[in-house]
Amino acid sequence: MISDITLGQFFPGTSPIHRLDPRTKILLTTLFIVAVFLANSAVGFAALLLGVLLLIACSKISFRVILRGIKPVIYVLIFTALINVFVTKGEGEPLLSFYIIKIYKEGIIRAVFMALRVILLITGTSVLLTYTTSPISLTDGIESLFSPLKRIGIPVHVFAMMMTIALRFIPTLVEETEKIMNAQKSRGADFSSGSLVKRAKALIPILLPLFISSFNRADELATAMECRCYRGDKNRTKLVKLQYRGIDALWMLIGLIFLGSMIALKVLRGDIADLGGIYGIFFYKI
Amino acid sequence: MTEKIIETENLGFIYEDGREVAANTPPALDGVSVSINKGEYLAVLGHNGSGKSTFAKLLNMILTPTNGRIVIGGRDITAENFSDDDVFEVRSGIGMVFQNPDNQLVATVVEEDVAFGPENLGIPREEIRTRVDEALMRVGMTEYARHAPHKLSGGQKQRVAIAGIIAMKPDIIIFDESTAMLDPIGRRDVLSIMESLNRNEGITVINITHYMEEAARADRVIVINDGKLVADGSAKEIFSRVEFLHSIGLESPQGTELIHELRAAGYDLPSDAISEDECFDALLSLFSVRGGVKDE
Repeated sequence: MISDITLGQFFPGTSPIHRLDPRTKILLTTLFIVAVFLANSAVGFAALLLGVLLLIACSKISFRVILRGIKPVIYVLIFTALINVFVTKGEGEPLLSFYIIKIYKEGIIRAVFMALRVILLITGTSVLLTYTTSPISLTDGIESLFSPLKRIGIPVHVFAMMMTIALRFIPTLVEETEKIMNAQKSRGADFSSGSLVKRAKALIPILLPLFISSFNRADELATAMECRCYRGDKNRTKLVKLQYRGIDALWMLIGLIFLGSMIALKVLRGDIADLGGIYGIFFYKI
Repeated sequence: MTEKIIETENLGFIYEDGREVAANTPPALDGVSVSINKGEYLAVLGHNGSGKSTFAKLLNMILTPTNGRIVIGGRDITAENFSDDDVFEVRSGIGMVFQNPDNQLVATVVEEDVAFGPENLGIPREEIRTRVDEALMRVGMTEYARHAPHKLSGGQKQRVAIAGIIAMKPDIIIFDESTAMLDPIGRRDVLSIMESLNRNEGITVINITHYMEEAARADRVIVINDGKLVADGSAKEIFSRVEFLHSIGLESPQGTELIHELRAAGYDLPSDAISEDECFDALLSLFSVRGGVKDE
């Protein structure tokens, strides 16, 4: 069950997306996120969906992996979608009226768009970044993109390293959580029945040992890193040098054209005033 | 020939528990003086909590000794004016492989993890590449170069961890209970890599262990008990002292134990049979004297 969590996990490979410069992928992901929040029409979402499907095809990540990535949020999605369906008031006649419950066309559209938006966000960013970029090159990318901040004293390398390690230990900790759960289950612990409060309480005996072992791991890892002469980015070289190649420029261009057309699409539909689509994260607007 | 690579003098260490040092905290290490020769294959033996891991951490400057002196490669690493750069230099010459392979791997791709050490040393890129390839070949993990470490078996992870150390080209490698969490196959693999590094590349190997069978394979064994160095000698010398080992909660390898029992019961057997083969031959000689067993 827990091992289904694939979010933040890297699948090594040699697909065109795997081979892109991590900086390109980070920038493309940013463009993609903006595009997702700009989308407010069926055409826009269709374009995004097509784009994401193409990305998946390019990345050679299996569809089952993608679905597994969405699975953990499916209940949250259904819940928010339902709320959207019931709460949204639309113009004109409701499609369905049952006492105080009134379902409007707008509600359904909004729910579908919202769900699509979340699914697209998860899938797109996973395929573009986490599934196809090794955490070390992801870190290199972030470090390189943010390196100007070093001049004002921000420890960019340290943050990048912390992120790498966090990503590296996700599968390890997931495995450990499963072991602890099995150990508790074998002694009669029950995680799947009873009230919500009871179930939440049942998680404490899992989280506690998990935390303790994480601290031990952190301590051991720090020692091991020190033994391997780690001392931050002082005089550090890299096995893999980031190289911005022609293909990266091409992908960037495609990304920019895509975002450009999304903006054009929005403008053409007449909501110029709504161009601040980045704020879409706060105001879902259809 | 017998150039000393590590020398400790009256080495002591007390773990500080929190802010105050309890007056009666027993020292983890107390008055350990030992010198280790270049190219030696040394086993450090002791039961859990004997201070043997503390010893390793002191050599690598993860811990600073409470008292005493450590000289590595002619440099006093306990000197007052030892700077961070000096520490870095000393560490680059001493690799360390720990018990839990999971907690040593930093990267999510095998070869990137192997490159971590050389990267820290500031080795030029092209050389890192060749070092990583060589190190992976050395431990037989070349085909896993692009794999994710969490999908490997314990023994394979530990081999990757060793490759990460080999790629740093240290003079000394300390194995701190590196086989304790492995299955028999993983343990055998790690042990054979360890021994071939010592024999073929002349790397000084220090194997800290509580497995007698492993310690018995080393050229020299030192025994640490309650923080004190209680025995130092060849594997044969140490393991033939069966009673002494029992008195500090350790055992000789099973074969040696058996022979010891038989000797106590009056059979004439060599007391220095340590390896399985030696014990086997000794027992066989017993049968052939009696003439009761046919070869099969």
